[in-house]
Amino acid sequence: MTMPTKKTSPQLDRRKFLATAAIAGAAGSVPPATAALAAAPTSPQPEPQSAPRLPSALPPNARVAAAESGTPQAPASSSENGPPGSDFMVDVIKSLDIKYLPANPAASYRGLHESLINYGKNTMPEFLTCMHEESGVAMCHGYFKATGKPLMTLVHGVVGLQHATMAVYNAWCDRVPVLIVGGNDMDAAHRAPGVPTFHSAQDINAIVRDFTKWDDTPVSLQHFAESFVRMYKIATTPPYGPVMMSLDEGLQNDSVRNFGRPLYVPKFFAAAPPQGDLAAVKEAARLLANAEHPVIVVDRAARTQNGVDLLIELAELLQAPVVNQGNRMNFPSTHYLSRPPAVISQADVVIGMELSDYWGTVNGFLDNGNFGFGEYVTKIKPGTKLISISSVDLLTKSNYQDFQQFQSIDVSMPGDAEATLPSLIEAVKSAIGNDRKDALAKRGDGIRQSHLKGLQATKEAAAIAWDAQPVSTARLLMELYAQIKDENWSLVSTSGNTSNWANRLWPIEKHYQWLGWSGGYGIGYGAPASIGAALGNRDLGRFSVSIQSDGDLMFAPGVLWTAARHKIPLLAVMHNNRGYHQEVMHIQRMSNFRNRVANIGNDLAPIGTSIMNPDIQYHDLAKSLGWWAKGPITDPADLGPAIKEAVAVVKTGQPALVNVWTQPR
Amino acid sequence: MRAMGLKAVLFVVAGLATSFAGLNVAAAADAAKGKIAFTKHGCWQCHGFAGQGSVATSNGRVIARTQLPLDAFKSFVRTTNGQMPPFREAVLSDAELDDIYAYLQSLPAPKPVADIPLLNDARSQ
Repeated sequence: MTMPTKKTSPQLDRRKFLATAAIAGAAGSVPPATAALAAAPTSPQPEPQSAPRLPSALPPNARVAAAESGTPQAPASSSENGPPGSDFMVDVIKSLDIKYLPANPAASYRGLHESLINYGKNTMPEFLTCMHEESGVAMCHGYFKATGKPLMTLVHGVVGLQHATMAVYNAWCDRVPVLIVGGNDMDAAHRAPGVPTFHSAQDINAIVRDFTKWDDTPVSLQHFAESFVRMYKIATTPPYGPVMMSLDEGLQNDSVRNFGRPLYVPKFFAAAPPQGDLAAVKEAARLLANAEHPVIVVDRAARTQNGVDLLIELAELLQAPVVNQGNRMNFPSTHYLSRPPAVISQADVVIGMELSDYWGTVNGFLDNGNFGFGEYVTKIKPGTKLISISSVDLLTKSNYQDFQQFQSIDVSMPGDAEATLPSLIEAVKSAIGNDRKDALAKRGDGIRQSHLKGLQATKEAAAIAWDAQPVSTARLLMELYAQIKDENWSLVSTSGNTSNWANRLWPIEKHYQWLGWSGGYGIGYGAPASIGAALGNRDLGRFSVSIQSDGDLMFAPGVLWTAARHKIPLLAVMHNNRGYHQEVMHIQRMSNFRNRVANIGNDLAPIGTSIMNPDIQYHDLAKSLGWWAKGPITDPADLGPAIKEAVAVVKTGQPALVNVWTQPR
Repeated sequence: MRAMGLKAVLFVVAGLATSFAGLNVAAAADAAKGKIAFTKHGCWQCHGFAGQGSVATSNGRVIARTQLPLDAFKSFVRTTNGQMPPFREAVLSDAELDDIYAYLQSLPAPKPVADIPLLNDARSQ
């Protein structure tokens, strides 16, 4: 702990201190009512009976107006009584090596903000200016997936956190740690009335409690220190997840004081990830080793490259096909054991690792005209044994339904898949008898042939509509790949839906080459998460590229400015199909179910779903926010040269966008 | 292609109607109407403007130059009860359905994969 404490200073509490400061520094400029308060005794006192009663609908006084719309008055300085508490908070934050802090500024955390940039010298973390709280959280989300290191963000306690919530839900569903701190002025008797009080709440954390791992509201500086380190530890222990802290404005501005013991910064030690029960691991290994058609299904199984390597080892040991559901990279797309979901129908044993929807993995749902209710169809043979390793089993909440439909599992192991894989691999080695090895090799040969046939079929599918206008999504992906294949590339996001061509056509072999999707499927993740990931990749010497959809970009396009302002290199190639296409299809299908002609107005798609007339000039938008940009590209022959130009720009350290009109999917 | 409004589609289709190589005049006219109906009734939404399909929306099925005979094609469209909704007569007339079939048959065959150098990079190790 580097922060000195001032034992000899008067033991003023915060409110007494503020009152004193008001007398010393601002008495001449405040309205009489405030001056009277300032001159009042420093212990809580009832309002004098003789004080005039103010009507409730008075216009804001000078103090209130200035608090939100005027030139801010200097907050009460605590320098006379020791450094501000927010300086100590910076010491705590710095102890955790948090590199960046993307956030939209807000009055309720102004004390900490000031300490971060002045006392903390704006390093570790460096403040990155965001134009929406959702952008700040999503940048943290993307950054973690690129680097494995969490970031923190700051939000205005009420309105800022309300803005941030969808991004928090995405992080929750995607099992990504994000440290969120919300400013909040809790003392109703002393905080400024009007806007600052609109922006305060008893419990700001309540709005995200259902989709955060943990939250707290510290009431002292030592409490802050312990809770901040605790929230970091909770967030970064699998299953990962966002965490929330409400930070009282008074606590930020209080002077550092001795509460009977010196303040200290607790040391952080990472927790070991939970592993599956060893007896269950052995039973799973026995089932897998003796299966005729085992299938490995993975979703967020590999947290690191080591997880990828372990999965390869397990798959090759079993000669079992691997179905990668794609919320993480998990398994190389080039490996002959990488197979499509259809192989699940042939399985006699399925092991699912960190699946976000096990039920949906082995069952189908047809939204088929029964007025949207659909039918259930099993995908597996009767008697198929199901095994699960999932850390999410250790953390289930009630309200939001991200836990999906219940699936009965024969061998269920609550635990982290990557941490359990070494013991599972050893158990499988022990369980495979020598008499099985020829059969396993033969199985592998068959899968290899299927893999080659599948790749050829995929290429033939990509060739259809190759020269179509608008540009086919297969052409979009391959024109892009041709320009970046010699870079140390990282595909940081694919928003919208491009028929999964990246996983089907690109050689994705490293953990950072595919970062998955949003988690909660809240639109607006793609742009900010891409920029957050690109920030991390910038420092690691990687070339970041994203497929950026049109609807996603328009939720909070200000994040483009953040990328330009902070020189975050990213190549964003747009999948601009000029509509909220999932909804385009939903309304069309509902019209047909109801035997009606869909009303498309003057557009191509049902009213309320298209983004055209006028068409958004995304390239002009990006230019106005500091990006190099080009478009709209409608002829596929123009696409390669445009991307080539953009790649050259990105290699200079700038972001670039190519606006491409595309086929719907 | 900036054929975003129905009027624009009509304009483009009028130009294309005379350019379908290998088709007789009557078939070309039907195909042109079919393209309009294909657009108006939202077939493109799941199947793509070129009938190329998608693993995301049509289970990967390609309907360009469909191998289904006309009667089987029409029967499927009228009665399908899967992910694709049925298009009944009240929504899509028989004549329009015939035109859509003609349009799908008029679409060009894809290039061979070997003739597309970019696809040689696909999942190469």
